[in-house]
Amino acid sequence: MGVSLMVVRHKTPGAPLFLSQRLDSAVLNAGDGTHEHPTQGLLDLMTMREQCGDLSGKTVALVGDIRHSRVARSNIWGLTKLGAHVIVCGPATLIPPRIEELGVEVSCSLDEVIPRVDCVNLLRIQFERQRGAFFPSIHEYAHLFGMNASRLSRAREDVVILAPGPINRGVEITPFVADGNHSVILDQVSNGLAVRMAALYLLHRRQQELSSSPAPVDMKLI
Amino acid sequence: MKSILIKNGRVIDPASGRDEVTSVLIRDGFVATIGSVDTQADVEIDASEMIVAPGLIDMRVSLREPGNEEDETIESGTSAALAGGFSTIACMPDTEPPVDTRAAAEFVILQADRAGNCRVVPIGAVTKQLAGQELAEIGQLVDGGARAFSDAKQPIASAEVMRRALEYTAMMKRPILHHPQVPELVAGGLMHEGYYSTLMGMPPMPAAAETIMIHRDLTLAEMTSGRLHLMGISTGEGVEQIRRARERGVQVTADVTPHHLFFRDEHLQTFHSKYKVNPPFRTEADTECLIEGLKDGTIDVITSDHQPYAEEKITCELDQTPFGVVGLETLVPACITRLINTGILSWPELLAKLTVHPARILELDSGVLDVDRVADITVIDPRPTVKISPPSFRSKGRRTPFADMELSGKIAHVLVGGEVRYSGA
Repeated sequence: MGVSLMVVRHKTPGAPLFLSQRLDSAVLNAGDGTHEHPTQGLLDLMTMREQCGDLSGKTVALVGDIRHSRVARSNIWGLTKLGAHVIVCGPATLIPPRIEELGVEVSCSLDEVIPRVDCVNLLRIQFERQRGAFFPSIHEYAHLFGMNASRLSRAREDVVILAPGPINRGVEITPFVADGNHSVILDQVSNGLAVRMAALYLLHRRQQELSSSPAPVDMKLI
Repeated sequence: MKSILIKNGRVIDPASGRDEVTSVLIRDGFVATIGSVDTQADVEIDASEMIVAPGLIDMRVSLREPGNEEDETIESGTSAALAGGFSTIACMPDTEPPVDTRAAAEFVILQADRAGNCRVVPIGAVTKQLAGQELAEIGQLVDGGARAFSDAKQPIASAEVMRRALEYTAMMKRPILHHPQVPELVAGGLMHEGYYSTLMGMPPMPAAAETIMIHRDLTLAEMTSGRLHLMGISTGEGVEQIRRARERGVQVTADVTPHHLFFRDEHLQTFHSKYKVNPPFRTEADTECLIEGLKDGTIDVITSDHQPYAEEKITCELDQTPFGVVGLETLVPACITRLINTGILSWPELLAKLTVHPARILELDSGVLDVDRVADITVIDPRPTVKISPPSFRSKGRRTPFADMELSGKIAHVLVGGEVRYSGA
């Protein structure tokens, strides 16, 4: 049908790669299972840079369900590339093994982490990816890892609170924090639009260059 | 029946220790003479520079008939087996319906006879419908030709069922071939749990799922005096547990696949399903332990774990496609490349794991190359380098991690019952 560009969100890691190896269309990964979510990663970086400037030397905590989070992985790649110190923080059951080898610090105590960070990205608890018992109850999760007024009061004065939508109000973040003046959640939404426009533009342009180029293209990922 | 003379090959029979360049004369389906032969034969095969071995045995092949003939039939699977050098294969009961009745076992034998390729030994189900609940009619299955019992890739999760199964099959002096894996630890998993599963966000299959089950199985085998064969060992710790159990006299044998000697979890970084196998590819350290286990004899047998699937079942998302790769037509070149060319195993050591060892486990008469024995013989030319080309496979399954790799050796001839059933181009 002459589709020049596809945006793919899929429950299976690697599904957009699989399609890109079989189609002439450009493929934009809009989240593949628990693997990556590149545009969310980029919009989170953009929002943090707007607030903090250069991220080199800054400390960013990713809090919550790291194991099932594609946002966490894309954040880790971008943040470490820009020189930030990344702390992943969540229940031990939701921290995958050997994640420290991606260049991050691991903590299971949000209370210990909170005073040290410039930015906190509160990942949504992925109820749909939960298989079996990763934590006892939502009540206990909110008690240990929820961002609330009391934790916010022990953070730096200029701490930036991010959360990739949608959010579970009262679970990973209380409404007081989500709607408070440290929250940049609505900036993330606006920046998401800009980042995705840019991604579509760049990808489409690249696709046109490739289709008009006579030489075979070396797809290094294959 | 035509007499056949295989001349000037390196004749290796691991059972007797024979290893010499000589000739083999076959008459009326049996080996008549090994040594210099003056008489003329109807057919002469020049085996100079080649290996003349007992017919190879693959004790762990899934044929998909009945039920999934689009993936493989007994005809196509046995044809692939011949091309891979095998004169005998044992086939898994994981068909639809499964081989959990005498009639089903006899159907496999009937279809194999009709195909007229290699010998096929049915493996019967341990439990009805491979469901792990009630024992199948094991005595009936033995009478129908089943040589061993297995629930294929379904682990027998209940320790009670496994205990009774080991006791019951011991009565018939038949082994249980078990896939050692704790199901709940790998539920939904796609690859080894480690750095790469974290990197890729892939649902994991921890090594502990295997080592815990091996420990349970060894304990039950010791307690019941049942015969246990552990299939597809992938962890270093698993090899070590089997080694220690052997030392204290547990009746246990084990196998590995060639692909687990070549590939590691990191290969799945490409998201290519040709690296999706169960048990999963693990780490460099595990691979080294598997090699060590092959060298010191802890691992008795090499099997292909041939898992054929039709094209439409392999061209899909990683979580949708089933586990498994084909292996019948790549096992010998893979073993030569990985084990012989590197000096890890000698030819007699390698061939023992492909002939007399599986024959002993399945209590077959074959697996031996000696005078007056049935002339099941495989002639291997170890010299050529061959690029693995799945489209040319006889198997209907084409997914293999060895695709496009250059491996050493090819099958020159396969004789079954004194008849040349395969000759390589």
